[in-house]
Amino acid sequence: MLPRLRDLSLRYKIPLRGSLLVLVTAAAVTLSLMFREYDQLRDDLIASSASMGRVLAKTLVTPLVHDDVWRAFEIINSPFHASGHELAPQTAEIVTVLDSRGMVYVSTQPTQYPILADPMRTNRDFSELQHAIDHYREFEPTVVEPLRSDKLYVVAPIVSDGVQLGSLVIGYSKSAFAPRFYAIAKRAGVVTLFVIAVLLPASWYWGQRFARPLMNLARSMEQVSTRIPAEAEVRVEESRDEMGQVGAAYKAMLQELREKELLKREIVVSERLAAVGRLSAGIAHEINNPLGGMLNAINTFKHHGSDDPVTVKTLSLLERGLLQIRDTVAALLVEARIESHPLTRQDIEDTRTLVLADANGKSVRFEWENDVVGALQIPSTLVRQILINLMLNAVDAAGANGVASGHVYHDSRDLHIVVANNGTHIPPERMEYLFEPFSSHRAGGHGLGLWVTYQVIRQLSGDVAVASEPDHTSFHVTLPLETQPA
Amino acid sequence: MLSMAALALRANAQDAAVRFGLTPVFLDDHAGLLKAWRAYLESRLGRPVQFVQRGTYREISDMLRRDKLDFAWICGYPFVRWRRWLRLLAVPLYRGQPLYRAYLIVPATDTTTRSILDLRGKVFAFSDPDSNSGYLYANYRLAQADERPAGFFSKSFFTWAHRKVVEAVAAVLAQGGSVDGYVWDTLEKFSPELTSRTRVADRSPEFGFPPLVARASVTHAEFDAMSRVLLGMASDGEGQDLLNRLNLDGFTPGSDGLFEDIDRMMRAVDRSDAAAPA
Repeated sequence: MLPRLRDLSLRYKIPLRGSLLVLVTAAAVTLSLMFREYDQLRDDLIASSASMGRVLAKTLVTPLVHDDVWRAFEIINSPFHASGHELAPQTAEIVTVLDSRGMVYVSTQPTQYPILADPMRTNRDFSELQHAIDHYREFEPTVVEPLRSDKLYVVAPIVSDGVQLGSLVIGYSKSAFAPRFYAIAKRAGVVTLFVIAVLLPASWYWGQRFARPLMNLARSMEQVSTRIPAEAEVRVEESRDEMGQVGAAYKAMLQELREKELLKREIVVSERLAAVGRLSAGIAHEINNPLGGMLNAINTFKHHGSDDPVTVKTLSLLERGLLQIRDTVAALLVEARIESHPLTRQDIEDTRTLVLADANGKSVRFEWENDVVGALQIPSTLVRQILINLMLNAVDAAGANGVASGHVYHDSRDLHIVVANNGTHIPPERMEYLFEPFSSHRAGGHGLGLWVTYQVIRQLSGDVAVASEPDHTSFHVTLPLETQPA
Repeated sequence: MLSMAALALRANAQDAAVRFGLTPVFLDDHAGLLKAWRAYLESRLGRPVQFVQRGTYREISDMLRRDKLDFAWICGYPFVRWRRWLRLLAVPLYRGQPLYRAYLIVPATDTTTRSILDLRGKVFAFSDPDSNSGYLYANYRLAQADERPAGFFSKSFFTWAHRKVVEAVAAVLAQGGSVDGYVWDTLEKFSPELTSRTRVADRSPEFGFPPLVARASVTHAEFDAMSRVLLGMASDGEGQDLLNRLNLDGFTPGSDGLFEDIDRMMRAVDRSDAAAPA
């Protein structure tokens, strides 16, 4: 089935419409030129034949008065002999003299119009001609163009001393115009074809150019349902016209969609982290109670003593295991220690000293910037914990001869910690689970460092943003300062 | 050389030019032929010759009678009508005889007409009212049937020349025409495309060929000189050449007896016209 015209792509529709417009315009111009030329031909003919009619009519007076048929015949034939053998376009086809009763007096075509015959019997046009003859104005030649006739007539009265002796009828075949008319039409056609040859490709080119941004937009919009195209993929018209406005609006809409998508994912991640946090806290409490009991029991048993070496060895094995469980659970169960003092510049400098030793050991260059002045209303211990965790991670990730950096600054509302490294970047698929416990793929880690850091940040009502690309991974922690000193 | 001599003579005797009237009894519209014939006459006569052409026979006859012309080539009909004022100079020999016929011609498309009486109610072309073959004979035929052209034909007209009768019939402007047989035959020889569009439907008995005449008052010397030149044409090469172009064989002195039939027909037609109701 053919596609419907309205379903056709703009790529074709616009050029097609343009072409149609070009064709219609060309046709209209050609036709109007041809009609004008036809009118010109006709006017020329009427002017020349009217003057010829006037001359002939005057010459015919004497033969009619003398009833000299032969002389009249010679006179009406004279225009034919004058213009040579071949009939020029403006040569009359027939000249007929009618007597005062409207009957044929003499005609250049006596076989069709015999003397004394009624011309209407041969040619119906004569009924209209007779009407013109009956209504001469000032005895001037009149042009008659009967309906449904291929002839054009000039009728001129033959008048002597105010008395109408008869009428001269000069008939022209309109088809005699045809060769000249066709010549003009042919010329107009050639010019039109030339114009079309120039305009059609131009129309196609402009049509395509006009359609292209729309097509790009449409193609891009189609993708939105499956995924939001990246900024670089969207090619829209950079202009201030409607096309450009649509493109800009579309881009803005995509940007909003992208932000919304990001937000949604962040919410999902943080909700999951919160759920994991609640779950682990619950489990930690449930484990801590019996664990405390078990450790107490082992302690009591040790106080009361038993010298059985197997028992002592077993108990100490149990105790070590239980203590490891307690450490792990304690790490999971991050609790704010509210009794911490406000943060000072020195607190932050201390963390640097700690990390620097590690960095030096691993041949990592460590860049540092500390813009904190005075005491900030924020628990120093927690901030130090966050800092140390992130910076140690950064040094680890940077690897040998890598670069890690730490930058701490604040404004009136927030404290900012930015920690970065130029090591292997975090692949996007890991990003979502980055802060979940035991998600670390790093050798040597227990997978709780970032989890703890995240929990601490959340407890301080702060936020963390991670950006990772090859050679640059950065963690940006934002912690709100307590505006009212507690 | 001859024309040089003629020019010299003409300069000496300008007043004594011979005035020679011509009518369309023959092909008087061939200017080249007329120029050659005039030069021939001038050289033979030793006098300038002036050809005078008029549109009708009547004008030439009138000029002869009023001594405005010395000689003229007219038709047998005006000759018998104005016999008293004229002297018979010579009669052309056509096909060896001083005789010719009148032809009834019709368009070639008309294959049925055999006689002028078949053309009742048609348009008819005469050549000249003073022509025997182009008018008198046809009238005579109608008068014999107690008819006159005005009532018999729906319309009749004069073309004032035999050749134009042929043209009128060829164009079917007229459905019939009466024409000099010698002219038709000559046209058939020189313009067959014209005569082929006509058909000779009827031929008259033979009549005396249109004669060359002199005014009655012409001197014997002038009459004899002209007669001698004309009668001698057949016997010299130049004259023979001209006769060929005229489609004639020569000239003979002729006699009034040649025109008796025309005279008879004239009287019959005159009687018929007189008897006709006014």
